[in-house]
Amino acid sequence: MRLKRLIAGSILAGTLAGAALPALADELFVPLFSYRTGPYAGSGIPIANGMHDYLTMLNERDGGINGVKLRIEECETGYDTQKGVECYEQVKGAGALLINPYSTGITLQVIPKASVDKIPVLSMAYGLSAAAIGNTFPWVFNPPDTYWDGASAIITDIARREGGAENLKGKKIGYIFLDAGYGREAIPLLEQLSETMGFELLQYPVPGKEMQNQSSQWLNIRRDRPDYMVMWGWGAMNPTAVKEATKIRYPMDKFYGVWWSGGNDDAAAGGEDAKGFRTLNFHGVGSDYPVIADIKKYVVDAGKSQVDPAKFADNLYNRGVYNSMLIAEGIRKAQEIAGKPMITASDMRNGLENLDVSEARLKEIGMEGFALPMKLTCEDHSGHHKVYIVEWDGKDWQKSGDWFSPDVGTVKPLLQKAAEDYVASNSPWPERTEPCLNK
Amino acid sequence: MLYRESGQYKTSYIADQAIFPIREDRIGMGLIGLAAVCIPFFASDFFLNAIMTPFLILALAAIGLNILTGYAGQLSLGTGAFMGVGAYSCYKLTSIFPDVNIIVLVLASGLFSAAIGVVFGLPSLRIKGLYLAVTTLAAQFFLEWCFIRIPWLYNYNSSGAIEVPERRGFGDVILTGPSASAMTQYFVVLGIVVAITLAVKNIVRGRIGRQWMMIRDMDIAAELMGVRPLTAKLSAFAVSSYLCGVAGAMFIFFYLGAAEPSAFSITLSFQVLFMVILGGLGSLVGSFFGAAFIWGLPIVLRAGLPALGIGIAAETVFHIATMIVGALIIFFLIVEPHGLARLWSLGKEKLRVWPFPYG
Repeated sequence: MRLKRLIAGSILAGTLAGAALPALADELFVPLFSYRTGPYAGSGIPIANGMHDYLTMLNERDGGINGVKLRIEECETGYDTQKGVECYEQVKGAGALLINPYSTGITLQVIPKASVDKIPVLSMAYGLSAAAIGNTFPWVFNPPDTYWDGASAIITDIARREGGAENLKGKKIGYIFLDAGYGREAIPLLEQLSETMGFELLQYPVPGKEMQNQSSQWLNIRRDRPDYMVMWGWGAMNPTAVKEATKIRYPMDKFYGVWWSGGNDDAAAGGEDAKGFRTLNFHGVGSDYPVIADIKKYVVDAGKSQVDPAKFADNLYNRGVYNSMLIAEGIRKAQEIAGKPMITASDMRNGLENLDVSEARLKEIGMEGFALPMKLTCEDHSGHHKVYIVEWDGKDWQKSGDWFSPDVGTVKPLLQKAAEDYVASNSPWPERTEPCLNK
Repeated sequence: MLYRESGQYKTSYIADQAIFPIREDRIGMGLIGLAAVCIPFFASDFFLNAIMTPFLILALAAIGLNILTGYAGQLSLGTGAFMGVGAYSCYKLTSIFPDVNIIVLVLASGLFSAAIGVVFGLPSLRIKGLYLAVTTLAAQFFLEWCFIRIPWLYNYNSSGAIEVPERRGFGDVILTGPSASAMTQYFVVLGIVVAITLAVKNIVRGRIGRQWMMIRDMDIAAELMGVRPLTAKLSAFAVSSYLCGVAGAMFIFFYLGAAEPSAFSITLSFQVLFMVILGGLGSLVGSFFGAAFIWGLPIVLRAGLPALGIGIAAETVFHIATMIVGALIIFFLIVEPHGLARLWSLGKEKLRVWPFPYG
């Protein structure tokens, strides 16, 4: 009987709590979808720590943004779309400023909902590539680059090493990817490039369930002997792939990963043998930046972070920091446009759309050299910014070569077409009604 | 005291064979029905969208699996995939026939699932128990492979996902898609689930259901008494897969809104299986209990613990919920294999004679 009462009591408490969630009036609610559990936790934990710690640092150091504290809450998704939708419903009712889905699958799911519920989605360098077309997807943002920018950047770098795009003709490029929305995202662009440049594209899908057992894929790779390998992996897929590549003695300097394959633990699985493994990057590596020092001082040393000290400021952690910088700068811009510190999700959309992080601003926030200036417009919600390559030296990532631009000329028309296709298959898709403030 | 059937006389066969022969049960059901209809007018969108709607849908899936496992005794690990068949066929149907009311298509998509279920049920005529579980596991993997590898199923979408288009019905009410209101979707789901549950209740009480139970309890004896295992087993597979298919279609169209093949992975199969085990094998009301428990527990923990003043990290809730569910499954398997439904009926028995324990 007591047990029954307890159960009844907790259910009651639960419903009451569900009803009593709305945000406090003097805080800005920034939900972070994260995953510290499940097979993708290896990638998810550093990202979640980085995102959380930068925002906490702003709260601790500056008392929030323009005097308004941020309420940072994580919602555990486990990289599972079902849980992601549940998290979305939960934060939607609680007055979320924006959504950070941190999963391409969840992003695909919330894109149609976002324009109806009027909550901006910030999918930083992941999610639907076509969402860069701001006039079709006014509520979705994927700065600083789309997956297609990433894929074209890798091909650009390969072409540079081969001494020109014309030398790619007849080459074999292998594409090993997580067989989910995320890994498939790059295929249309790679297919297009393989047609125009004349290289042969070999695909090696890795099912999510079997990502820790890729021996059959790598057996095929050993047989096919592609000249270059490109990887779109996440979570436990990355370290497994790196290990398998070293096992078949694939030349690691010809093995490229997208930015999401660039975790320290990912490459460390191959250890010294993985030397030369290259991944894309769009923010600084290491801890030699004022912003990282501030996070250490105000958050990590104060015991307010969950990060393992040995993994502080590793590559994915810094990416989380970069992601939160975009959130914070978006809020600041939104406050500036709205002319008041307390903003709504609609204001936040304006803030993100008019995001303009200049060199001077980067210096102000302690990110000089950490990131390049970036700017979004109403038409372009991604920006196709420059990226660079980091190389694994056996212990850590090192910058290799200079920042360079992705193949924007190829990517842009494809994005436009993909956005049109999306509208056609999801008709009736709402017309953009939001005014453009940066004409 | 309140719950006592003395003085209620049944004067006709119809009264004797009613689903709820006791007046108090009818009143109780009436109250639950009334509550179900009134909830949307008081509850938040979150409560409807993230708790009630998926709870009802998963309860239907649990009923589907319960038919097969609880009533007919055929263990299945392919529930997730059969739900997927329903979802993908509904998606294809609505792409081909965009003007047909989506509810009709949801109900029709169950038929495809039923057909596939029958095909994968054929081995059950020869093999039993764990071996059958392995063939249904094969169905799970094979169908999931189809969802990934046959681009026609998702209309050649470059992300490999299906996205639910907006569909209207009943005049101009938006039924699916992002603009549909939580209340509409809840009522549609409620209607379908209640109607199907009533139909199933009558099937399991009748000739077909009794055949299933005979096969479950002792298939040789059943065969000797004139039950054809072929029809009994395959009809169980068909009905079960039909329900799972409808549940899967609703899961995508009225809850998730879009899905990748991974939405129908083995994890979903196990989730539904746990609902059935915890709720009670061979019980319809148990399916609802199980669904409410498995679906609601993490949400209650997540929302409830902070409300009680216990600050807890998001991932810890996850771990706690997994641990509790795991422990409870072991507990129930040992102590009460018939699950929550059995506890419920024991409670009713006790109430009937209360306050005289040996009345």
